Amino acid sequence: MNLDPYLPLAIVLSSALPGALIFFLGEDSYRLRTALNLFGALLKIILVGWMIWGVFHGHVYESRLTLMPGLELVLSADALSVLFVALSTVLWLVTTIYAIGYLEHSPNRSRFFGFFSLCVSATVGIALSGNLMTFVVFYEILTLATYPLVAHRGTPDADHGAKVYLAYTMSGGVLLFVGAVWLQTLVGQLTFTQGGLLGAAPEALHGQFILIFFLLLAGLGVKAALVPLHGWLPQAMVAPAPVSALLHAVAVVKAGAFGIVRLVYDVYGVEFADDLGLLTVLGVLAATTIIYGSLKALSQDGLKKRLAYSTVSQVSYIALGASVLGPIATIGGLVHLVHQGIMKITLFFCAGNYAETLGVHKVSEMNGIGRRMPWTTLAFTVGALGMIGIPPVAGFITKWYLGLGAATAGAYWVIVVLLVSSLLNAAYFLPILYRAWFRPPPDQWPEEAVLSKRLETAPALLWPPVVTALLAVVAGLLAAAPFSPLEWATLIAEREYGR
Amino acid sequence: MFDPLALAVALPLLGALLVTMLPGWSRALGMLTALATTVVALWLTVTVWGGASLHSDLGGWGVPLGIALRADGLAAALVAMANLVALAISINATGYFGTAESSRKFWPLWLLLWSALNGLFLAADLFNLYVMLELLGLSAAALGALTGTREAAEANLRYLLVGLLGSMTYLLGVALLYTAYGTLDLEQVAASLTPGPVALSALALMVGGLLLKAALFPLHFWLPPAHANAPAPVSAALSALVVKAAIYLVLRLWLDLFDGIVTEAAGMLLGLLGAGAVLWGSWRALRAERLKLLAAYSTVAQVGYLFMFLPLLTATPDGPERERLLTALVLLALTHGFAKAGFFLAAGLVQKSTGHDRIRELGGAAQSLPAATFTLGLAGVALIGLPPSGTFFAKWVLVGQAIALGQWWWALVVMAGTLLAAAYVFRVLARAFNREPTPKCFLTDPRTEIPALLLAALSALGVGLAAQPIAVLLGAGD
Repeated sequence: MNLDPYLPLAIVLSSALPGALIFFLGEDSYRLRTALNLFGALLKIILVGWMIWGVFHGHVYESRLTLMPGLELVLSADALSVLFVALSTVLWLVTTIYAIGYLEHSPNRSRFFGFFSLCVSATVGIALSGNLMTFVVFYEILTLATYPLVAHRGTPDADHGAKVYLAYTMSGGVLLFVGAVWLQTLVGQLTFTQGGLLGAAPEALHGQFILIFFLLLAGLGVKAALVPLHGWLPQAMVAPAPVSALLHAVAVVKAGAFGIVRLVYDVYGVEFADDLGLLTVLGVLAATTIIYGSLKALSQDGLKKRLAYSTVSQVSYIALGASVLGPIATIGGLVHLVHQGIMKITLFFCAGNYAETLGVHKVSEMNGIGRRMPWTTLAFTVGALGMIGIPPVAGFITKWYLGLGAATAGAYWVIVVLLVSSLLNAAYFLPILYRAWFRPPPDQWPEEAVLSKRLETAPALLWPPVVTALLAVVAGLLAAAPFSPLEWATLIAEREYGR
Repeated sequence: MFDPLALAVALPLLGALLVTMLPGWSRALGMLTALATTVVALWLTVTVWGGASLHSDLGGWGVPLGIALRADGLAAALVAMANLVALAISINATGYFGTAESSRKFWPLWLLLWSALNGLFLAADLFNLYVMLELLGLSAAALGALTGTREAAEANLRYLLVGLLGSMTYLLGVALLYTAYGTLDLEQVAASLTPGPVALSALALMVGGLLLKAALFPLHFWLPPAHANAPAPVSAALSALVVKAAIYLVLRLWLDLFDGIVTEAAGMLLGLLGAGAVLWGSWRALRAERLKLLAAYSTVAQVGYLFMFLPLLTATPDGPERERLLTALVLLALTHGFAKAGFFLAAGLVQKSTGHDRIRELGGAAQSLPAATFTLGLAGVALIGLPPSGTFFAKWVLVGQAIALGQWWWALVVMAGTLLAAAYVFRVLARAFNREPTPKCFLTDPRTEIPALLLAALSALGVGLAAQPIAVLLGAGD
């Protein structure tokens, strides 16, 4: 029996079904819940590994459900979806372990982990979507699954943050919906195709295509936190640390950025988008977002808020890469999808560790924290240096390719943006590192908890950031090795430009 | 004798007689009838799905004299939904009413309503349709007043009178047709109908009367108080099923009987009223202070969506596009039936456990009833139109066809309605997140919670993904 048509579906269900079961568990069934969580996460890794092997050997994986003529749900695996699926699957395992440690004694864990699993299922669904309608379906499910996570704490702050989140994402979702329906009415079923599928359409439709691009971009830009649609992201920082990690590195923001990549490369086609003048608009938006996010990050004292604005800025590198015509810049943008994820999740894990172990929430409280929590701070340092773009951490690869691509395409203003943004990144990250390592620690931490006898904090909290920091270094050092993120991104770019 | 058409109408009627005669056994007999009727209804649906078009003449009297029943795809789809929902409501009612006095009053009326409902979906002639419509209206109004409170009595008296006015107007139209064509059989009238003043007046009278019963804006004034003040299982039946029956009849007349008569202008008028219903109903739902009133206004809005299909159906020539539009319309109606029933049953659970349903004060209640909150959430997904509910795909087709026909304004209404629905659903769901302690277990009272949960899950996860088989069913039996 040929199981290939079921594999993409199985990958989505491998977290959705355990998640659905978790909802029904009583609060006390700690072991069963943990077992289900880890079972789902590991099963998903095995299935994704199988799929990567298969894609490499030329297998075609496609699950398809016809609803009505012209309305089909399609899950399929191409090189781009594999990149995103692999990222979210690996980071989900790490985040699950972290979340189990983080939420050990807090209430409503069944609800939390249920929606947590749904969230990653939706993300994987987004990654594997084979056409625009399927993408919209999972994109909306993601909105729905994340809302309870942001509201989880139940404080008035959390309630407010969740409402803001919902207002932004629902409005964006409606625009995306109408844009997608409109486009489908004009050209029929929108199967993602490398090189795009609109280039051959009659010229009379070009005006509508431009309008639709802005509708779709608005819908995707909300999740990708493009300025001025980023307002929800800092507000959503009230959520527990694993949720922030998930929002920023694995699921929501990434889904928006991934959608922009799909839109440019596989719906419009990068060359056709350039002909319509859309790339310039996207580039200006991305550049504005990069500079604005960095400037805002400078003035934040709250550590998570500073990281949030840093995300606003960093995710737009992906859009920036997509907005420059030419394979090298494309590689830079695509590879940042992975690199930003690994580095940012490290930083959020560390921020969560500081808060849980020592009660430190603000940058101004971080004096000498490197002596009390050396491993966590080491991981934080790796993440921060990577964000600035210092070799050998992965972030350097991104900036190198973006810069080189911009130079090749003659878009020198992009290089200026990169330089300014790197300076700003340094300006808001280096002071933290200086404080952490070189200032003397205070006599007493705000709220110190003893979580482990031997280690600086609970093991489930310590290992995830250490592992992801290591991944960030490895992704940078071994960028030229086969199956590295850079190699995959190169493969995708080669296919897009047809070489 | 073993004719599913006749059994689907006769079984609940028989059950109603039995529970009236043996009130002590009402719960057991009622449940038995409910189960048997649902089995028959599903059997009927499967038969039609298999490609057979069912037709039967009761007592051997053929057209034009006797009572004729028939089932095509559209009827079968609605019968399946209505009977599944009715079964869930029955199970929930055994727990909701318990063995109290109200339980004895509930069962006879409820089974009578069920019989009328099936009769209305399956009737093949205009006069029988009238009888069933009247029976439905009477039993519904009586059920709605079951709580015996002053508000309920007042609201349902108004409901009764409005319903009578509606069916009388409908009957006038039927009389016109009978005078002109000498028959009441749907197919025969449809075949001989010619455009002219008689047909147009009949169309206006019949559809107009039914609009009153379907509570299309601005004729919806009677619905919110009647639906919000009934006992929860009854509210579920009124909002999910009884309103649907009137809409089904409008659709039947529009598509089958007056197919050549209806003009684009008439369709446009109903579509605009529908758009008004979506905006006004959603807005009032957002402002509602009580959960059940919110649900009732949400019904007003959802009815509006169904009518927004009419101008598009009228403007779309026969072909795959029109079939897709019709599938989407039925998908929306079925999804709303499941969702709204689940929503009302869950609202009933909340009301029972807290003694009120004021949204502002629901904080702790939502937290202590995880199953009910979940039901509200899942039903909410379907009401907003988020994927993978049937509403999402129905709206996809609706907006697509509106843009294709150049009637883009419907897309704007759908966008606004979706956002308003999200706002009113999440206004309730946001109450579920607070710092109250959680109960140890997911279910607190399985008999009332599971039916509601299943209905809501079906609406959010089931119907939408089953669009293909539903399309096959609609295509069958033509």
